[in-house]
Amino acid sequence: MIAQHLPILPILLPMLAALVLLGLRLDDARQRLVSIAATALLVALACMLLQLAGSDEIRHYALGNWQAPFGIALTLDRLAALMVLLTAVLALGCVTFACAGEDAQGSHFHGLFQLQLMGLNGAFLTGDLFNLFVFFEILLLASYALLMHGGGKARVAAGLHYVVLNLIGSALFLVALGVLYGATGTLNMLDMGQRMAALDGDRAALATTGALLLVVVFSLKAAALPLYFWLPRTYAAAPAPVAALFAIMTKVGVYALLRVESLIFAGTPASAPVQTWLWVAGLATLALATLGALGARDLRMLVAYLVLVSVGALLAAVGMGQRASDAALLYYLVHSTLVAAALFLIAELVDRQRGQAGTRLVCGRRLNQQRLLGGLFMVAAIGMVGLPPLSGALGKLWLLQAAGSEQGLWLWALLLLATLAALIALSRAGSVLFWASHKGKPGNQRVRAGQLIGVLWLLAGLPLLTLFAGPISGYAEATAAQLALSEVVSTPPTTGAGVRP
Amino acid sequence: MEALFAGVVGTLTACGLFLMLRGRTFPVIVGLTLLSYAVNLFLFSMGGLNTHAAPVIGESLSPSDPLPQALVLTAIVIGFAMTAFVVILAIRARSELGNDHVDGKQGDEEPPR
Repeated sequence: MIAQHLPILPILLPMLAALVLLGLRLDDARQRLVSIAATALLVALACMLLQLAGSDEIRHYALGNWQAPFGIALTLDRLAALMVLLTAVLALGCVTFACAGEDAQGSHFHGLFQLQLMGLNGAFLTGDLFNLFVFFEILLLASYALLMHGGGKARVAAGLHYVVLNLIGSALFLVALGVLYGATGTLNMLDMGQRMAALDGDRAALATTGALLLVVVFSLKAAALPLYFWLPRTYAAAPAPVAALFAIMTKVGVYALLRVESLIFAGTPASAPVQTWLWVAGLATLALATLGALGARDLRMLVAYLVLVSVGALLAAVGMGQRASDAALLYYLVHSTLVAAALFLIAELVDRQRGQAGTRLVCGRRLNQQRLLGGLFMVAAIGMVGLPPLSGALGKLWLLQAAGSEQGLWLWALLLLATLAALIALSRAGSVLFWASHKGKPGNQRVRAGQLIGVLWLLAGLPLLTLFAGPISGYAEATAAQLALSEVVSTPPTTGAGVRP
Repeated sequence: MEALFAGVVGTLTACGLFLMLRGRTFPVIVGLTLLSYAVNLFLFSMGGLNTHAAPVIGESLSPSDPLPQALVLTAIVIGFAMTAFVVILAIRARSELGNDHVDGKQGDEEPPR
């Protein structure tokens, strides 16, 4: 009974939690309790989903029992389960961190946080293109409000750009949906993929245009080269737990690109050019973000550019479009999300103890807990750069191995240079923050228990990813195989003849 | 009818795009609104344009597609909420940054940190 309804629970649970948090006027302590409990429950749920998806059967959940392709369907496969689990694990770390005081700086932090989780889980689980739009809007609306949490000039200025850009993105998304629906007569992604392959003539051109527009929209979310300029300022301005949660937002774009490529583009002539574009855009993002990281004068900005570096690598891997590269991409995606989130949280802790200097990379006040923060920073930096023994090295190695001989030439050069640059930038940042800062007396701010637990929870993912690299890479490979399979078979549960306009 | 409809959608989009490229928040918001109008109209037409075709089987000879109407309703509601939000945000930006420029600065002034 419960197993049957499991795919919808990751959406319902945060929704109910958000309703409780926003509707009832709970005091701070109770809000924190509800929020942490709901997120912890989400982690447990996501583990069950992962187990369920491990059986290699793609489950469809027909909402309201309207059979696909007519009704709205949720689809649970290995990829969706992995992304939901990643979101839940990330969210638990962020919410624990926020409960140490950050949440009380504005109103409704926890309610909005749960709404954002609902949008994220929905976007990962849905099998319907319009529903994907709706969940995108839910997660964006929550993210707009979370970005402004606590207020301040920098946040409002960055927020305005972020909101306007994403509204334009949403408008484009709707246009793409309209074109695709007009040409194929369906919104179910599996069904659409099949019909795309069967189209010819004008309709095929129209449908390809629509699908290409979708690629543009998702590239905006994923922050690919011409569309990434909003990211560094926004992420640097966001409150720490929110910035940490935003680490998954770019990955939503990567996820959507992967889905669109495997479901909608597979078997159409546009498939190869799209992959080439993503490959080039990914590499260009990688290169420019590396320069940005070297030029950053603020730790938060540096981390934001490093997020972009990882996005560039991921997009390039999407562009490679082979089974091996897909598997490597998934492993690196999990790793880079966790480590970027941990670095954003550490940046906040450093900021607290440096007084006026904040996270700017200048000489400042000595940190009160220099050893603790320095240690955390070093572990996170090793993970971010991708040095052995942590999982970053494995992820990057796997990506490099997955590249073919011709592609390898570019990827090896750029990714290894980016790694070197990240190493230089992070060592410089670390030495300024922890060694060259000795002005005046240290303050008396200390890291709170909740904050430390949050950071450690996220950082614990790195050794775990390394220790259990075998089973995890096995799962990633099976996921890639499932994606490749869905390109070939892609049969929705009931293939009725949809109403064609 | 198709040509007129396409012309209207195109004009709205063009005006919206022009306004969105302006430097002050108010024209940008108006531009966004125009763009969302254009998108809603466009969505509305995605099931094909026809008259005297109720989206109910049996009421008319060739019923029109009811799905775009449901979709456009959702899009309108979401667009409305977003517009309200961005208006409030622009007012907030005006009061916090001291001007209504989209970058939060006038002319060559340094952006606020």
